[in-house]
Amino acid sequence: MRNIYVYILVMTLTVSLIRILPLTLIRKPIKNKFIRDFLYYVPYVTLSVMTFPAIIDATDSALAGLLSLILGSIAAYKEMGLFKVTVICCATVLILEIFI
Amino acid sequence: MNSLKKGFKDGIPIGLGYFAVAFSLGIIAAGAGLTPFQGFLTSFLVNASAGENAAFIAIKENVPYLQMALIMVVSNIRYVLMSFALSQKINPASAMIHRFLLGFYLTDEYFALAISQDPYCDPYYSYGAFLFAVPCWASGTALGIIMGNILPARIVSALSVALFGMFLAIIIPPAKKDKAIAILIVLSFLSSYLLSRYTSISTSMITIILTIVLSGLGALLFPTKEK
Repeated sequence: MRNIYVYILVMTLTVSLIRILPLTLIRKPIKNKFIRDFLYYVPYVTLSVMTFPAIIDATDSALAGLLSLILGSIAAYKEMGLFKVTVICCATVLILEIFI
Repeated sequence: MNSLKKGFKDGIPIGLGYFAVAFSLGIIAAGAGLTPFQGFLTSFLVNASAGENAAFIAIKENVPYLQMALIMVVSNIRYVLMSFALSQKINPASAMIHRFLLGFYLTDEYFALAISQDPYCDPYYSYGAFLFAVPCWASGTALGIIMGNILPARIVSALSVALFGMFLAIIIPPAKKDKAIAILIVLSFLSSYLLSRYTSISTSMITIILTIVLSGLGALLFPTKEK
């Protein structure tokens, strides 16, 4: 087992550097088009990779997780906002797992 | 003083959303063996949903410290863009400490709040929001760790998808306007599923590999249009 406090220190330092450096030291815009496009797509890929299949592994029943993904996606597509989408995802799992 | 108050008020809906998501994150943290205090400390210092989720999975997998740094870079690299963008919204005359603090607490929601102001963002407005929402995020994580072990399994199972709901609310709306994003989301789902089911690559490594490969592919195949 590695030390959790060292992990927290590594996490804090890394994430703070990423957030603070461009704001403080590097104040010029990025010129390279490829790097800008790469950075533009990164959040969508990272969050998608972290969502699936993790969402069907997080729930007791994989089917409930899958349905939660589908209904949550529809709610997000209708731009219902962070809070409502989250509630719909949780409620789907809660209701479905009562019946399964 | 006025902007601090206004920020605090606008920070309330953000804080409530954070609390719910942090709670679900706490359940993941508990699975990685963190104590409520360690969860509180992590969320207080790191303030990143995807980043902390990836980190807790990495802790569970007992990864080397260097790999932890790498996973933090990858799961948070979007903040580089936001930090650049926010940099243009700060009065050049304002003190360095404001840039430092606004950077330290840079999240998607605080970013949206800060750039909604014209022509420059008032740091005290953001500090007001931090005052309410940062403790919500940290205490939500700690409570998730505590309650994750007490609540009935059925409730925990339902709450554990809250984090993914938040991710969906972030990635799906832009995919409506940008087909490239929609294609990348589907590709990400598919390849993440295949790698996790048919290889022995760890979850945190899959996140690193796919982020670099698929975002690079996106930049190559779908260059964004600019003026």
